[in-house]
Amino acid sequence: MNNHAHIDEHRDDEGAKTGMWIFIFTELLLFGGLFIVYSVYRYLNPMAFHLAAEELDVVVGTVNTVILLVSSMTIAMAITSIQLKNKKLTLILMGVTILLAIIFMVNKYFEWTGKISHGIFPGSEILHQSSQGEILFFGLYYAMTGLHALHIVIGVGFIAYVMWLVKTDDVKHDDYVILENSALYWHLVDLIWIFLFPLFYLIT
Amino acid sequence: MSETVIQNHEPNYLEYKGKYKGIFAWIFSTDHKRIGLLYLYSMLVFFSVAAILGLLMKLELIAPGKTIMGAQTYNSFFTLHGITMIFLIVVPGLPAVFGNFFLPIMIGAKDVAFPKLNLVSWWIYIIGAFIALSAQFMGDGAPDTGWTFYAPYSFKTGTNMLPAVLGAFILGFSSIVTGINFIVTMHRMRAPGMNWMKMPLFPWALYGTSWIQVLATPIVGVTLLMVVLERTLQIGFFDPALGGDPILYQHLFWIYSHPAVYIMILPAMGVISEIIPTFARKTIFGYTAIVVSTLAIAFVGYFVWGHHMFTSGMSGVALYTFSILTFLVAIPSAIKIFNWVATLHKASIDLQTPFLWALCFLFVFMIGGLSGMVLGALSANVHLHDTAFVVAHFHYIVFGGTGYAFFGALHYWYPKMFGRMYDKSWANIGLAMFFTGFNTLYLPMFYLGMTGMPRRYYDYVDKFHGPNIISSLGAILMIVGLIVIITNLVRSARYGAPAVKDPWKGKTLEWTVASPPSLENFDEIPTVTDHPYKYE
Ligand code: HEM
Ligand SMILES: [Cu+2]
Repeated sequence: MNNHAHIDEHRDDEGAKTGMWIFIFTELLLFGGLFIVYSVYRYLNPMAFHLAAEELDVVVGTVNTVILLVSSMTIAMAITSIQLKNKKLTLILMGVTILLAIIFMVNKYFEWTGKISHGIFPGSEILHQSSQGEILFFGLYYAMTGLHALHIVIGVGFIAYVMWLVKTDDVKHDDYVILENSALYWHLVDLIWIFLFPLFYLIT
Repeated sequence: MSETVIQNHEPNYLEYKGKYKGIFAWIFSTDHKRIGLLYLYSMLVFFSVAAILGLLMKLELIAPGKTIMGAQTYNSFFTLHGITMIFLIVVPGLPAVFGNFFLPIMIGAKDVAFPKLNLVSWWIYIIGAFIALSAQFMGDGAPDTGWTFYAPYSFKTGTNMLPAVLGAFILGFSSIVTGINFIVTMHRMRAPGMNWMKMPLFPWALYGTSWIQVLATPIVGVTLLMVVLERTLQIGFFDPALGGDPILYQHLFWIYSHPAVYIMILPAMGVISEIIPTFARKTIFGYTAIVVSTLAIAFVGYFVWGHHMFTSGMSGVALYTFSILTFLVAIPSAIKIFNWVATLHKASIDLQTPFLWALCFLFVFMIGGLSGMVLGALSANVHLHDTAFVVAHFHYIVFGGTGYAFFGALHYWYPKMFGRMYDKSWANIGLAMFFTGFNTLYLPMFYLGMTGMPRRYYDYVDKFHGPNIISSLGAILMIVGLIVIITNLVRSARYGAPAVKDPWKGKTLEWTVASPPSLENFDEIPTVTDHPYKYE
């Protein structure tokens, strides 16, 4: 009887990756809803969006873009190194990815608190005195970058979990599809930022 | 020890003893069949509660004036009723219960592609359900927006909206996860020889449904999230005072929720496409046409959301376009109906209970579909918008379609799931009462709507009294029918006569395995050579 206890050990790397790709697609659609809202309101309030965008710090935005691009690279390198059976390097590269994510979040923190200390946050008095376009711009700014930050946090958790699997040898050179999937997820987080960055920081 | 001896001792999935005991053997099981039953039991509970709410609403409407509840209670009742019925029952219903149970067996697999994820999606479902339902008991009163959460009321009302909206959001996740699981399962795990054009029609329907779940749910997810942010932070997305636009909410909401109607109805059509050939003892007519129309429905369904907003203020061009597109979706549905009817033509029909359910499905679904055409027509819509006509229409489609298919599926696959037969006469008596009650309940509402009775009102003027009495009595009869049906099924799971492998002489793979199936469905994965509905 007991030889049937292993029912869920069926392994299909190709299937696991397909599943992850579809999931990533749903995440893009999730942000897609917000992008629709953004474009509608930008179309209706071109001037206000233009002015409001100038208040965001392009330097912080650019730095964060670079950080995410590099972190995408390090997680990709982690996949190569696990294939080369280099467990230690894999762990280091994954660690670096997480570290970069944390730096991103610290930057974000200072950026947000800076804005908030100037009284610019949803529902604030200062914001409610400005034009409707500006209210919407900052509302979208907080909602979209906030949702993105939430994805960063989830991504960090995911990668940390996979690191633990690497450590316990549950992820090895011949069985690493979950590492690939965490990397895919991380690329997604990166990709979404690459859309957000020009929308909020560059188009002024 | 020889192979046959081992097979005789193979425990079926209900008896199988795994790592855990008692209830944990169920709520921690990754077996797709047990997960299917978990969904079934949870849904039966939710459905009973929501049906009772529906009955109470009908009792309120039995006479003009306040009968058993006040306006605010009525508002919260139709909200909870709608939320439960839509998000907890008919959207996940058929895929989660019968898809989970039968999809792997019908395509010759031992389980779905991601069994653990499958269990997780049940847990998400339960958590989402409890969060959504908790809205009733906490905070400042039960939600009163209706299940559509229309802005700006949904973020202005003082009632306890947050849990309801968040709950619906979480339920969406469960839906997405199941969808992904099914898609990958069908792509990767079909038995050798089963190419796409040999796959049975219920899996095909699930395939179309899963894609809609995956592509449409995220949009409503983020829309609901915006409502949450709006309520908590006053961001202004949909608030005209802050520059936002409530109509945008309606667009985003219906971009999901119209396709969601097809999440509800496609699997139902899949079930009917299984039942009809089995009891007609005939190969289904136009297999390819049914497959293609399934995909067409899934596709066109995305472009008609605007028919919910004819009276909300859109440009003339948008109005015409949505109206025309809405008529177009009817074509693939009609193709299916023709195929079913053609299958029945000159067939030697075996009048078993599941088949009777399928016939009743055809009847109510046609009424639902035709009344949908009426609503899809621009001029008629303006007159009928937000009247009892709409309520009748969607109960005919959603309850009449999905609900009948659900009970049909339950009676069709029951012997396989529980290894026992139910009492046929009681099943038919229950069906007769239910069917009569159903039509008595909803037919008068078409008339009421046409003569001007609005929906979502707890009271009405005297002239609507007559049809309302009939309708309310119908509701009582229908509920009694439901009780008969469910009691019969519950009793038979214990005392029914043991079922054989293939009680209905079906041809698809699930009828080749034991009743109930063993833990891994197949001792040996079958090789498929024939078309799924091969009758001579
Ligand atoms: C037990 C049988 C049922 C009865 C007696 C019943 C009755 C009702 C009534 C009286 C309303 C209120 C209409 C209004 O005020 O506008 C209503 C609304 C609704 N019902 Fe049912 N119903 C039943 C079953 C179902 C089922 C099975 C479903 C699921 C498909 C369903 C879905 C809905 C929805 C979505 C609404 C709309 C709520 C809204 O407008 O916000 N009902 N029902
Ligand atoms: Cu619609």
